[in-house]
Amino acid sequence: MTNKLIVSLSPHIHSGDSIQRNMYGVCIALLPALLCSFYFFGLGAVVVTLTSVLSCLFFEWFINRFLLRKQELTISDGSALITGLLLAFNLPSNIPLWMVVTGALFAIGVVKMTFGGLGCNLFNPALAARAFMLISFPVEMTTWPVAGQSWATYTDAQTGATPLSLIKEAAKSGDASLLDQLPSAIDMLVGQTGGCMGEVSALAILIGLIYMLSRGIITWHIPLSIIVTVFAATGIMHIANPAFASPVVEILSGGLMLGAVFMATDYVTSPMTHKGQLIYGVAIGLLTVVIRTFGAYPEGMSFAILIANAFTPLINNYCKPKRFGAAEGSKK
Amino acid sequence: MDTILQAVGVLGIAGMVLASVLYLVLRKFAVKEDPRLAKVNAVLPGANCGGCGFPGCDAMASECVKAADKGSLEGLLCPVGGKAVMDKIADALGMESVGGDAVRMAVMRCDGSCTNRPQLREYDGAQSCRVAHITSMGETACAYGCLGYGDCVAKCEFGALSIDPEKGVLIDPDRCVACGACVKACPRGLIEIRVVTPDKTGMVVKCRNKDKGVAAKNACAVSCIGCRLCEKKCESGAITVEDNLAYIDAAKCTLCGKCETVCPRNTIHKIGEWETPAEQPVKEEIKNEEQ
Amino acid sequence: MKTFRIGGVHPEGNKLSAARPITIAPLPQVAVFPLGQHIGAPAKPIVNKGDKVIVGQMIAEAGGFVSAPIHSSVSGTVLKIDTIVDASGYAKPAIYIQVEDDVWDESIDRSADLVKIEDRPELTDKEIVAKIQNAGIVGMGGACFPTHVKLSPPPGSKIEWVIINAVECEPYLTADHRLMLEHADEILVGVALLMKAVGVHKGYIAIEGNKPDAIDLMTEKAQAYPDIEIVPLKIKYPQGGEKQLIDAVVGRQVPAPPALPANVGAIIQNVGTAFAVYQAVMKNKPLFERVVTVTGKSLAQPSNFMVRMGTPMQQLIDLCGGLPEDTGKVVGGGPMMGKALINTDVPICKGSSGVLVMNDKEARRGQAGPCIRCGKCVTVCPMGLEPYLLANGTVNEMWDLLEANQITSCIECGSCQFTCPSHRPLLDFVRIGKSTVTGIIKSRVQSK
Repeated sequence: MTNKLIVSLSPHIHSGDSIQRNMYGVCIALLPALLCSFYFFGLGAVVVTLTSVLSCLFFEWFINRFLLRKQELTISDGSALITGLLLAFNLPSNIPLWMVVTGALFAIGVVKMTFGGLGCNLFNPALAARAFMLISFPVEMTTWPVAGQSWATYTDAQTGATPLSLIKEAAKSGDASLLDQLPSAIDMLVGQTGGCMGEVSALAILIGLIYMLSRGIITWHIPLSIIVTVFAATGIMHIANPAFASPVVEILSGGLMLGAVFMATDYVTSPMTHKGQLIYGVAIGLLTVVIRTFGAYPEGMSFAILIANAFTPLINNYCKPKRFGAAEGSKK
Repeated sequence: MDTILQAVGVLGIAGMVLASVLYLVLRKFAVKEDPRLAKVNAVLPGANCGGCGFPGCDAMASECVKAADKGSLEGLLCPVGGKAVMDKIADALGMESVGGDAVRMAVMRCDGSCTNRPQLREYDGAQSCRVAHITSMGETACAYGCLGYGDCVAKCEFGALSIDPEKGVLIDPDRCVACGACVKACPRGLIEIRVVTPDKTGMVVKCRNKDKGVAAKNACAVSCIGCRLCEKKCESGAITVEDNLAYIDAAKCTLCGKCETVCPRNTIHKIGEWETPAEQPVKEEIKNEEQ
Repeated sequence: MKTFRIGGVHPEGNKLSAARPITIAPLPQVAVFPLGQHIGAPAKPIVNKGDKVIVGQMIAEAGGFVSAPIHSSVSGTVLKIDTIVDASGYAKPAIYIQVEDDVWDESIDRSADLVKIEDRPELTDKEIVAKIQNAGIVGMGGACFPTHVKLSPPPGSKIEWVIINAVECEPYLTADHRLMLEHADEILVGVALLMKAVGVHKGYIAIEGNKPDAIDLMTEKAQAYPDIEIVPLKIKYPQGGEKQLIDAVVGRQVPAPPALPANVGAIIQNVGTAFAVYQAVMKNKPLFERVVTVTGKSLAQPSNFMVRMGTPMQQLIDLCGGLPEDTGKVVGGGPMMGKALINTDVPICKGSSGVLVMNDKEARRGQAGPCIRCGKCVTVCPMGLEPYLLANGTVNEMWDLLEANQITSCIECGSCQFTCPSHRPLLDFVRIGKSTVTGIIKSRVQSK
């Protein structure tokens, strides 16, 4: 035998799971939604996505290499790629590119790296960047191109109202007839509505969800608790007052699906235990409904998730897993 | 104008009332602190290293005051400040200064660097001496020596320790304050706080291997094999050999250096002379004597 | 099928040697008996250099109540009492015996005839425990806790069940599986003896679903024993952990330490222990040989052997085709909880259930990355702990936090580290934290 024997403590085998497997798994799950956004928003979507992804990767590499001077580069772990994709998903397809680059710098440089890089950030980088851009560039961030225009449109795309702004207007004026202008639920599911690039097709996102669940990348706790909470809360409101949109429309519109499936489930910023994840999901759902109905913005998903992110350490502190033998101990 | 006056009046009266409440509360719940505590605290270095054996300088100060009440500062020592600080504390408390004149520092008792000990296996776990210690005897055949993952270096608040890949753990005599953090960090007990001369030197057996001669010899090029040559040579009776391992009592050692020259294994060294040559010069006469 | 309720992982089974019958390994030239083969005080040698010993002769007596005597597995001359590197990776005192012939103690019944419990109705519970104690039997699953101590439960606890651990949830190992297939009758008598020793009327033999042949055979044979029930369990690691097994079989959870399985009314014994108990009580044969699985993907012929204690592992590896060139690690025990050995001269001891040879690529851990807070370690922890928190707390020496989060409940099964996508050495640190906190608690109890 030529080798030296290796000694280490047990366990001596590993499941084979890795950060890369999980991160690239999420990227694959994002593909259907990405293709949908290309299909519905054309060239603009491609340009914005490429810019976002490339600038996120660049900033990750640049900061690690030149500011933190780390030896190991983290660019290949896939987390910057996800941030880039998710950031693009949260933008309208006609946004100027320099704003995308600014958003990417904020996401990677401020939200992720200042806290210590992967695993240390308090907030979801893509969402924090979206909130930053929404406040910095309110006009560009809220003019949504209409889906399904000719393929080569970018900044010249026609813009229009999203279902959510219609819902908001109806709820404010108390005029239920405005809701009749909403597209049908089937259209919203497949993707015939305006809005951010990633939220155009709920169906594509659900395909991604099924993929991630089947590979064990995430569990059902967070997405399901968010969707069920929103459905129940808006359902009650709809029954009480028909001027509020129906729950089916609510869960299919805006960034809810995108947020529930891809944003809220971010490992780093979501709670560790299943119980904590359920609390986190319900909190996001309720906050979303409150912001959508009573807040200044038509969409509340991103702010709801960011607020819940801030509470994650607290939830981790109080939602301990059920200890083995704890129940028996108290019985006696 | 009226509005201004009203506002000034209301706020002024409210301020007066609240101020008097504050004053009364302050008087009522005042914590009486021994004034000597502050004096002692001012003298202490404030490093909070815990080297004195108490958790931080505040605790040390209150121990000093307690000891002063009992009549003697005997047994208390701030290793960072040494005699100078203990004198000042005694002065502040109106006590006679005691002890603390012995200079201490941490001494590494293993010279088992990579060049001295052949690597027999590979450790593939957390880069921590404590973990490596419970995993196995280590990467070499010596179950007593330095593991080399730097737990002691990480624990030193004063930057006195460093690891040299050629020479192992080095302790900087100028920076070491003998706080003892490294002693606690080392799972193999290789670092000892020793009394040294005022210019921080002394003789040390740089080995802790208790194996029998042959095993110790095979494990490391500079291991103590318990041959007792140094014990026989020492004129002041400072060296004892127990469990196949020599130990030098600093109180009796006269620093004559005879043990260093007689040691066939190049194990005994003067603190501060770190350079152990990669090629060990074999002392011919002793080698012959052994045979 | 039943299983335990919290956490668990599914490592690949890799039961390479499951179809290989147990063969008798040849005697070694020199047998080495470490004195600390069990939990508790090491045994004290009662032979001297140059003494002649025979097979089955006691060569070291128990060093206390929580201890066990050691019997020679060979006949020959005591060479020396020196040290040998055992599975802990450190040199420990041991007795070396030069093997000469194979002379057995005449009181040992070497016939293959089955002695049933009805054949020896005069045996009392105290006699059974005494025989087990004198035979030096310890838990043979790997923990090596002296069996007679387990059979003497603390006063006040009412024992209701004896549960036999035939789960063998560790990947690769097949020793218990083969033992059941080849010695089912003896095992059942052993279980009956254990039940008689503690005076209970319900015994379970828990077998994981990946051994359907053993489940069928044992169920068939157990029909003659109305008190003994065979419980097939779902495949999940660490089902062989005492606490997990009680939860899986009878649905009771042992509270946090210092509670013992006896506190909920269960006594757990390994199936190998049951076999040893049969041999000790019915055949008067002390514990000096056991079944060992020698396995590994790179080995030419993974096999199961009946091995005399003290045989160096190298000899068994040679019987399987020799140590391959690319060997990176040799593990004593299974891959989840076994100990990596620093050389292959380590002798087979009472707790050596297997020898696993891993090639260099399998043996190396992945590069550790940052914690991405995925929470997978929390999900799989069978004790409901938070390994990420415990590992971080250990690195930062936050002992109070660790105690509050029940680090002492950790059973060191390795599920967290097995699962961690970042390949973090979670259990390495948790072990340090656990031993430190245990020490703190102990010194606090003592000072009170």
